[in-house]
Amino acid sequence: MTLSFAATLPVRGFDVELDVAEGRTLALLGPNGAGKSTTLGLVAGTLRPHDGEIALDGRTLARADGGRARAWVPPHARQVALLAQEPLLFPHLSVRQNVAFGPRSQGARRRAADAAADRRLADVGLAHLADRAPSSLSGGQAQRVAVARALAAAPRLLLLDEPMAALDVDVTPELRQTLQRLLAGQTAVITTHDVLDALLLADEVAVIEDGRVVERGPTAQVLSRPRSAFAARIAGLNLLTGTWTGAGVRTAGGEVAHGHAPGDGLVDGAPATAVFRPAAVAVYLEEQHGSPRNTFRATVRSLEPRGDLVRVRTDRLAADVTPQAVAELALVPGARVWLSVKAAEVDVYPA
Amino acid sequence: MRVSTGESAVGLPRWAFVPAAMGGLFVLLPLVAMATRVDWSSYWSLITSESARAALLLSLQTSAASTVVCLVLGVPMSLVLARCRFPGIDLLRSLVMVPLVLPPVVGGIALLYTFGRRGLLGETLQVAGVQIAFSTAAVVLAQTFVALPFLVTSLEGALRTAGARYEAVAASLGARPTTVLRRVTLPLVWPGLLSGAVLSFARALGEFGATITFAGSLQGVTRTLPLEIYLQRETDPDAAVALSLLLVVVAVLVIAATRQGRPGRGLL
Repeated sequence: MTLSFAATLPVRGFDVELDVAEGRTLALLGPNGAGKSTTLGLVAGTLRPHDGEIALDGRTLARADGGRARAWVPPHARQVALLAQEPLLFPHLSVRQNVAFGPRSQGARRRAADAAADRRLADVGLAHLADRAPSSLSGGQAQRVAVARALAAAPRLLLLDEPMAALDVDVTPELRQTLQRLLAGQTAVITTHDVLDALLLADEVAVIEDGRVVERGPTAQVLSRPRSAFAARIAGLNLLTGTWTGAGVRTAGGEVAHGHAPGDGLVDGAPATAVFRPAAVAVYLEEQHGSPRNTFRATVRSLEPRGDLVRVRTDRLAADVTPQAVAELALVPGARVWLSVKAAEVDVYPA
Repeated sequence: MRVSTGESAVGLPRWAFVPAAMGGLFVLLPLVAMATRVDWSSYWSLITSESARAALLLSLQTSAASTVVCLVLGVPMSLVLARCRFPGIDLLRSLVMVPLVLPPVVGGIALLYTFGRRGLLGETLQVAGVQIAFSTAAVVLAQTFVALPFLVTSLEGALRTAGARYEAVAASLGARPTTVLRRVTLPLVWPGLLSGAVLSFARALGEFGATITFAGSLQGVTRTLPLEIYLQRETDPDAAVALSLLLVVVAVLVIAATRQGRPGRGLL
């Protein structure tokens, strides 16, 4: 285990145990105030545990026993880099100097640090902005520079605290792809509200509610079959995995889910995941044809109220429909139905 | 009053311009009144007399020295007050501000009972062969005593506004606390640090009460420009007015010099 984490903080009602294996990424999901940021703070060293032990690569970072600190490594000596919601680029330094800050602080000479910074900037596709001032960057560019800066510090563990939360919706796909590429092989913990972040960036998911881990497991499993209330609320997304065919995702069963891939990076035959919301799925008793649609045969398993709608769970996908529709279609568990979703509602991501 | 173009002060009641203008006049008028009394024909000889030159030089030297002492002591003080949390820190923060509201003469008396020949530390210092009271060092101490709160308030405010988040990021990148201070914290609060230093320099330059009480008035040793002005007022009012105007000019120059570097920003 690379990171092993067991800590309590009674004043915040916090009691969490976690571990992250070498090179893996763990996503922490949970409502605001559940303890996600507290977890990151304890790992980064901005908070001290009341009880417990936090270790990275077998080195104890913090150990406490009934409020008494038994071991403590200060934040700068932990090799744990933090990427926050806001880029927090040092405004008085150029983009290159920002990225070179980590190597410089760890004793690298200026020339070596600058070279490392330029390599990292190239990794995030922003080498041409090296001499710019942070204030001249767009939000998305600034956050990518922050990613480069965090990775340039060569951390053993990277913490990402809702890295997309403060960005415009139209620039998040690009940053998400950058992170997906750069987090491969990097041990990391990411907190997020967005199920897509968990899906695309994390190998495993832990759901935290009221300071406790309530659910833990491989990402696809937790997101498609959530057991905790929170995971069910934010997830319950329809996921179809398979290979990219140029127009859609071909599943192992031979069905094709047509959809569009935001950004590029998909080649024919590459593993891909089609993602769509239950609200985008319509339920019919007869097979539908028409504008680019995907139709799937399914058997209703359960019906559960969700606000004004009813979530129809089938053996494979979920659909949110109105109570009137449930009544008109006489949907009951065991009913055989056709599920239909417009191709425009289906996003495809590299898996 | 009509403003021709540009931004308009929405929501500002019209009547506010009257007291605002009165306030402006209240500050400017005395300076104008003083300028009208200056005997311009002999101005140059008045401000270049031996005693005047000695006083101006001493004022600039001691004010510069006390600004340095303020920085050396005040920067760490501001950091502790802005970043640390421990019991009694609120009380400490209030105590640091005491010289701001204390009559300077009282400050001078307090310093005398601390560093004076029979003072709390004075006796020990005397044994060590150091005598502070009624020396140039006493001038610097008196000025530092009254000027320090200006630096600390200004810088502490800047540190609080900047917040500790940049520092947390810098530490997570592997920077030691001293590196964080040097490369992140101080550059971020540079405007606040500069204005704090200027304010303390200006306060030191004008210091009178604590200086005359604790350091006395010895030409070339402890008689700074304000003391010289006070002394000349008794014997040579023309010289006093001329020197007063000189002090005004120096003060305006200092403030203008720092504003020059940061166009569009206020002093605080």
